[in-house]
Amino acid sequence: MSALRQIAFYGKGGIGKSTTSQNTLAALSDLGQKILIVGCDPKADSTRLILHAKAQDTVLSLAAEAGSVEDLELEDVLKTGYKNIRCVESGGPEPGVGCAGRGVITSINFLEENGAYDGIDYVSYDVLGDVVCGGFAMPIRENKAQEIYIVMSGEMMAMYAANNISKGILKYASTGGVRLGGLICNERQTDKELELAEALAKKLNSKLIHFVPRDNIVQHAELRRMTVIEYAPESKQADEYRQLAKKIHENGGKGTIPTPITMEELEELLMEFGIMQKEDESIIGKAAHA
Amino acid sequence: MTVDVKAERKALIEEVLKEYPEKTAKKRAKHLNVYEEGKPDCGVKSNVKSIPGVMTVRGCAYAGAKGVVWGPVKDMVHVSHGPVGCGHYSWSQRRNYSTGTMGVNSWVTMQVTSDFQEKDIVFGGDKKLDKLINEIETLFPLNNGVSVMSECPIGLIGDDIEAVAKKKAKEIGKIVAPVRCEGFRGVSQSLGHHIANDVMRDYVVDKAAGKEFDGTPYDVVIVGDYNIGGDAWASRILLEEMGLRVIAQWSGDASVAEMERGSKAKLNLIHCYRSMNYICRHMEEKYGIPWIEYNFFGPTQIAKSLRAIAEQFDDKIKEGAERVIAKYQPMADAVLAKYKPRLQGKRIMLYVGGLRPRHVADAYGDLGMEVIGTGYEFAHGDDYQRTTNYIKDGTLVYDDVSEFELEKFIERLQPDLVGSGIKEKYGTQKMGVPFRQLHSWDYSGPYHGYDGFAIFSRDMDLAVNSPVWGLTKAPWKAA
Repeated sequence: MSALRQIAFYGKGGIGKSTTSQNTLAALSDLGQKILIVGCDPKADSTRLILHAKAQDTVLSLAAEAGSVEDLELEDVLKTGYKNIRCVESGGPEPGVGCAGRGVITSINFLEENGAYDGIDYVSYDVLGDVVCGGFAMPIRENKAQEIYIVMSGEMMAMYAANNISKGILKYASTGGVRLGGLICNERQTDKELELAEALAKKLNSKLIHFVPRDNIVQHAELRRMTVIEYAPESKQADEYRQLAKKIHENGGKGTIPTPITMEELEELLMEFGIMQKEDESIIGKAAHA
Repeated sequence: MTVDVKAERKALIEEVLKEYPEKTAKKRAKHLNVYEEGKPDCGVKSNVKSIPGVMTVRGCAYAGAKGVVWGPVKDMVHVSHGPVGCGHYSWSQRRNYSTGTMGVNSWVTMQVTSDFQEKDIVFGGDKKLDKLINEIETLFPLNNGVSVMSECPIGLIGDDIEAVAKKKAKEIGKIVAPVRCEGFRGVSQSLGHHIANDVMRDYVVDKAAGKEFDGTPYDVVIVGDYNIGGDAWASRILLEEMGLRVIAQWSGDASVAEMERGSKAKLNLIHCYRSMNYICRHMEEKYGIPWIEYNFFGPTQIAKSLRAIAEQFDDKIKEGAERVIAKYQPMADAVLAKYKPRLQGKRIMLYVGGLRPRHVADAYGDLGMEVIGTGYEFAHGDDYQRTTNYIKDGTLVYDDVSEFELEKFIERLQPDLVGSGIKEKYGTQKMGVPFRQLHSWDYSGPYHGYDGFAIFSRDMDLAVNSPVWGLTKAPWKAA
């Protein structure tokens, strides 16, 4: 067995992290890899396509029922889905109470201490949209994930988030050895999307590892709580995910230390591609009928 | 004070500051000074953040709110809300005496905590708090209320303890006071006092203002006496003997009923200005109750304070004050006759909390001792203004002094006695300098009032003149 590879998917909320990651991991398991998915989002929707389930019982909800995480057994929280992919959801409090970030830390520590990573080739962390606090940086910290894959698109806010996540990676790159594996562009059909994604990747000292085209078949599969790999293995889209999986598999150890850019540089990039017009300072703060 | 001594002390400050990095030295320089007679304050900056890297003995907002202001209210259960450590390691640290039976009608010496676990952090602890208050009701049915003393994590995760308090107060029909005294707030325990005062105002005093009360023209409240070693009791008897009626003690040995009587006083008497001036000001604004600061340390200040208090009342009370002074002065004279010859000319350095760095100065003066250095842990500018009424020209003044600075000052000034806290005690004694704890009275007390002065004098004599100090020289250095 080769050494354990730990990867994580980050990106702006709603960009398609969970869909992309589950499809990619399903394709990786087709390559014979033994995989563990750790969902780090209180919504607990990182494993539904693998398990064909609405949402699995989370580490934290079970811990709360039992009293504490020490009262849990690994079997209670670990479910097996498509091609024996093992799935865990960290879970968290309902919106507005408690501390979800601390929940992520608690869950990951529990999984490590109880041998959830034994006999596994890949651990994949699927982390909520923004790294809002230290807890959500847990997979980046302390030598957890070695490579981070940022799911993004040609939309400005998605690129902005990708840049922010790069800052988080940079912060821990020297202490923990985490690297940026690459950008995954989930096509939104914005102008010059591929070129823009490639340019941003270059600015960040990384690469666009794959450009996933938009295909409605993903939606069809989602409705059946399935990955495209399982729902329509012969489809063109399934092939795209297989390509991505292969690239990620071959990307081991090739991650880079990102070079995040400033907001101004990001705007310049958008202007360069004609997405954004140069700001007309004379109109700032002026009402319609002055 | 001779110019030489002042210059020497200024040089000492410079010498100490020289050890610091430039930025630190620049900041600390503003907190150290040699007092110039006639100036309106001590010339030091105060109530700002301690500098990282230097040891400070300051406490936190929780310490100020629970440990000082709310903790002594005896017939309430004070919950340390959060992980177990804050409550456990501060358990019974302040010697605020109270009457009653522990666990039946008094909970001062009990440690009650919600003992937060990981899941309470992740999912929030409001439900646990709700349950805890039910358990308190079951275990201790005679309690007259609950205070929720918020520890750091509660503020970090944003639990809504106010909502829980409101709901539970309605259910149990008693006071449930949420105190947002998270330790990371503010620069010292001082903010905790303020927060505690505000909660007392909103959840106790104002709510009870409409209650019936059979008042007299002589009703006073002792404010800011925490009954350390029985201080408030030793004070109360003097006030009562002069004809006043003490309707409440805040908050040493206080009950909820006493707290609720706040708005009924004719005059508020405040001892520890720093920790409870806020509520006095509120009662002045809202209920028109005047307040007066007093000082019951040592016969000079006691007599002065008794007369100043009596000034606010009629002749009957004025005569009462004179009667009390006449009665106790011979006792004080006897104490002085015994101890003054043993303490005359001794020099003391102080470093304490809220009021003692100035309030005890004249008590030492009565014994013929001189305060050569003083400072506060968490004072504000108004405290340093008040200090000028007590200290002499050339006194070394140090605000939020670091362990290093204080040690250097003691080493160089070689006082005959240092009065400070447990953290300073053993280091000082190892330097061969006598020491008394002036937070806890070193397990002694009371020190307030005439009775207290006798004990105070004896204790200082014990410390200064103990034969043990003759044995501190290493035998191999004797020759």
